[in-house]
Amino acid sequence: MFGWEFPPYNSGGLGVACEGLVRGLVNQGVKITFVLPKKVDCQSSLCKIIFADFNIKSRIFNSLLSPYLTSKSYQDLVRRAGRGGIYRRDLISEVLRYGQAGRRIALAEDFDLIHSHDWLSFPAGLAAKKISHKSLVAHIHATEFERTGGHHVNQEIYEIEKEGLSKADMVIAVSNLTKTKIIQHYGIEPEKVRVVHNAVEYKDFMYLGGDLPDLKSSGQKIVAFVGRITLQKGPDYFLRAAKKVLDQRPNVLFIIAGAGDMERQIIEQAAWLDIADKVLFAGFLRGNELAKVYQMADLYVLSSVSDPFGMTPLEALANGTPVLISKQSGVAEVLHHCLKVDFWDIDQMANKILAVLEQPELYQCLKENGHQEVRKLSWQDAANKCIEVYKEVLNFSAI
Amino acid sequence: MPSICLYLHAHQPLRLRNFSIFNIGKNHSYFDEERNRAYLERIVRKSYLVTNKILLDLIKDTKGKFKVSFSITGILLEQLEKDFPAVIKSFQDLIRTGCVELLSETYYHSLTYLYSKEEFKEQVKLHREKIKKLFNYAPQIFRNTELMFNNEMAKFIEKMGYQGILAEGADHILGWRSPNFLYRVKGAEKIKVLLRNYRLSDDISFRFSNRNWSEWPLTAEKYISWINQINGHGQVVNLFMDYETFGEHQWEETGIFEFLKSLPYRVLENPNNNFKTPREVVKLFKPVGELDFPNIISWADTERDLSAWLGNKMQQASLRKIYSLETAVKKSKDPLLIEDWRRLQTADHFYYMCTKWFADGDVHKYFNPYESPYDAFITFMNIFNDLKMRLNPKEA
Repeated sequence: MFGWEFPPYNSGGLGVACEGLVRGLVNQGVKITFVLPKKVDCQSSLCKIIFADFNIKSRIFNSLLSPYLTSKSYQDLVRRAGRGGIYRRDLISEVLRYGQAGRRIALAEDFDLIHSHDWLSFPAGLAAKKISHKSLVAHIHATEFERTGGHHVNQEIYEIEKEGLSKADMVIAVSNLTKTKIIQHYGIEPEKVRVVHNAVEYKDFMYLGGDLPDLKSSGQKIVAFVGRITLQKGPDYFLRAAKKVLDQRPNVLFIIAGAGDMERQIIEQAAWLDIADKVLFAGFLRGNELAKVYQMADLYVLSSVSDPFGMTPLEALANGTPVLISKQSGVAEVLHHCLKVDFWDIDQMANKILAVLEQPELYQCLKENGHQEVRKLSWQDAANKCIEVYKEVLNFSAI
Repeated sequence: MPSICLYLHAHQPLRLRNFSIFNIGKNHSYFDEERNRAYLERIVRKSYLVTNKILLDLIKDTKGKFKVSFSITGILLEQLEKDFPAVIKSFQDLIRTGCVELLSETYYHSLTYLYSKEEFKEQVKLHREKIKKLFNYAPQIFRNTELMFNNEMAKFIEKMGYQGILAEGADHILGWRSPNFLYRVKGAEKIKVLLRNYRLSDDISFRFSNRNWSEWPLTAEKYISWINQINGHGQVVNLFMDYETFGEHQWEETGIFEFLKSLPYRVLENPNNNFKTPREVVKLFKPVGELDFPNIISWADTERDLSAWLGNKMQQASLRKIYSLETAVKKSKDPLLIEDWRRLQTADHFYYMCTKWFADGDVHKYFNPYESPYDAFITFMNIFNDLKMRLNPKEA
C-alpha cells in the first residue's frame, strides 16, 4: 500500500483514513506493507512500514512531500529551505522520484496487490504494477478539481491522476461526489469505480472536560471550524456566516483550528469584518488538544466548497458535538442527523448556527441522534468493502 | 353478514415557507402558497377528481347501495375553495346523493385535544360550521386527528353530543377480540367506538402495489373472499384510510382505480353483504362489550401511538410553545394573528420533525417539504418567534 503519511505524522484526515483502513484490513487477516515517501519516526503495530527514501543507496535525503501541497506552496517551501539543497525543484519531480522508488520496492517485497492512495503515490503504484504485473487499486481521497475548487487546475497533476486512474484495475472513491468527478473529469468508466466511505473509530474518543469553563458558564457559545485554512474548506464562508451570527448574537466565539495558505487572508478578513475579537485561531491541533476543541464547541461547522469526504464532522459527533455540514461534501452522503447547507448560502448557514445556539432542544436532538449515527460507522465496514474490491480485482486478473 | 364501512380521510396541510431568522420581524407571511398549490394541484388531478367521479358513478350505478364516508379537514377545504372549486362541487354532488356521510373533527387537523380542551372545542365548532356552510350537513360521528383515542376522550366527545367515534383496532387493546364489532368504552356511557380493521385497510392503502407482498396482485375477487370469511363472526368491517390512497399513495398505474370500481359489485354480489356509514352502524348494531383504552392510541406506524408527533424534544418543545400563546393570541382579538396561530397547530408541522426513522428514508417523506426534521424545527421556531413578536411588539 502506497501512501504519504501515517499518524501521528499526518497533516490532515488522509493519514487518519489510511490508519483506520489498515486497521480494519489487518483485522480481516490482510497483510500490509505500507510505503511512505520519506523517513519519519513512525512505527505501527498494525503493519510493516517502509520508507521509499530510506532504501535509496545512492542518496539518503528527506523529501518535502506532504499530501496537501500545491505546486506553488511546494516552491515556497523549497525557497524557504534555501538554495543548493538536496530537494528537487518542484513537487512533480518529487512525486516522480517517489514513483521510481515504487519499482525498487516492488522488486524487494512480496505482495499480491497494490493499493495506492491519491495522486502522490500513483506513479509509485504504477511503477510497482509495471514491474510486478500485479493489479493496482487506485484510491482517490481528493482530486485536483476538489483541491483547487476547480480553479487553476494543475495540468501535470491532472495528467498523473488521469494516468493512475486509467491504468488502475479498479478505483475506490471516498464518496459518490468524488466518483462523479472521476467519471466526468477523468473519463473513467463508472463500472470501474467503487465507493467506500470513510468512517471514524468511535472507541478512540473519551470525554476530556472542556476548557474555558468560565466562558461557557457566562452563556458564551462556541462554534468550531477544524481543517486546513484553504479555499477547498471554505473558511471565508465560515467567517462571513460568523459575522452574520454575531450581528444577531454577540456572545459567540468562533474557533478556527488548522493551518493553511489562506491563514493570513482569513485573519485579515476577521479584522476587516470587525469580529477579530470573536474569532480565535488555534493553529494545527491533534490528539487531545483537538478533541478538547470539539468537546467545548456547541456546534461544529464544515463549510467546504468541495470536499470529497470530510472526516472532521464524524470526529466532532464522536466527541458529542452536533454538526452543520456543507452539502458539497462526501460526508453528507453518510450523515443524516446533522444540519446541511450549501456552502455559498451564508444566510442559511448563519440561520442554522443561530438555531442550534438558541434552541436547546435542537442542540440535544442533533447531538444525541448524530452521536448514535456515527457510532454505527466503522473502519471495519470500510475495510470489508475494500476487501470486496480486492477480491473482484484478483478474480478478474486470474481469468 | 358483515357490513362494509368505507371511510376516507382527506387532508393537506398548509406547509411553511423557508423562514429564516433574518425574516423575523420583517414579514409575517408564513405559508408557502406556491408549493402548497403545486402539491394540491397534483393531488386534485391524480386523486380527488378521479376518485370522486368513480364514487359518484358507483353510487348511481348501484342505486345507492354503495356508500362511503369522508372526513375533510377545514384546512383542506379552504385550499380547495380558493384554488380548486371543482373539487368542492364534486364533493357537494356526492353528498347530495344521501349515500355519503361526513365526520366531525378539528378544523386544523391539530393535536389540540392534548393541550387545550377549550381550543379543541372551538376548532371542532369551526369545522362543523364549514361543513354546514359548504355541504349543509351536520356530522354525528367524530374522528380525532390521526385517530388518536383513549377512554377520557370518549367521555369528552360523548359530552359534546356525538354518538360514535372512530379508533384504531389495535391488537394490544383488542387482545383476542375482533375489530369487526361495535364496543362501548370504559368510563363512557353511551358512545360507541368503531374500530379500524387495520389488516384489511392496509391491504389496500399500503400493500396494494407492493410486488414483494405474497398476495400481490390484489384483485377485488381475492379481497372479497377475505371479507366473506368474516361472515358469521362480525357485524361490520371498518375500512379506514387516507383518501389519497386512491391515485396518490397508490398511483393509477397500480390498478387501484379498477380495484375501487369493481370492489362494490363483488361486495354486493353476496346478498348478505352491504355498505354502511358510521352513523348507520351506530344506529343498527349493539355493542358486544366494553374496551379499555387507558393510553392514547393512534392509527400511525407500528407503534400505534403519537410518537411520530411527540416523540422527540423538538416536537415536544414546539408544541408546548405554540399552545403557551393561546391566552395572549385570543386576547389580541386580531383575526389574522389567531388564524396564523391555528394554522401553525396542524399536526403535519410536528410530523415533519420526527427523527424516528429519518436515516432510513421512509413513509414519512411523503410530500415533506424539508430535507431533515431539524430543518422543519428551525423553520417552525423562527415563525413561532415572529408570531410571538407580533403579540408583544414592544419587545421587538
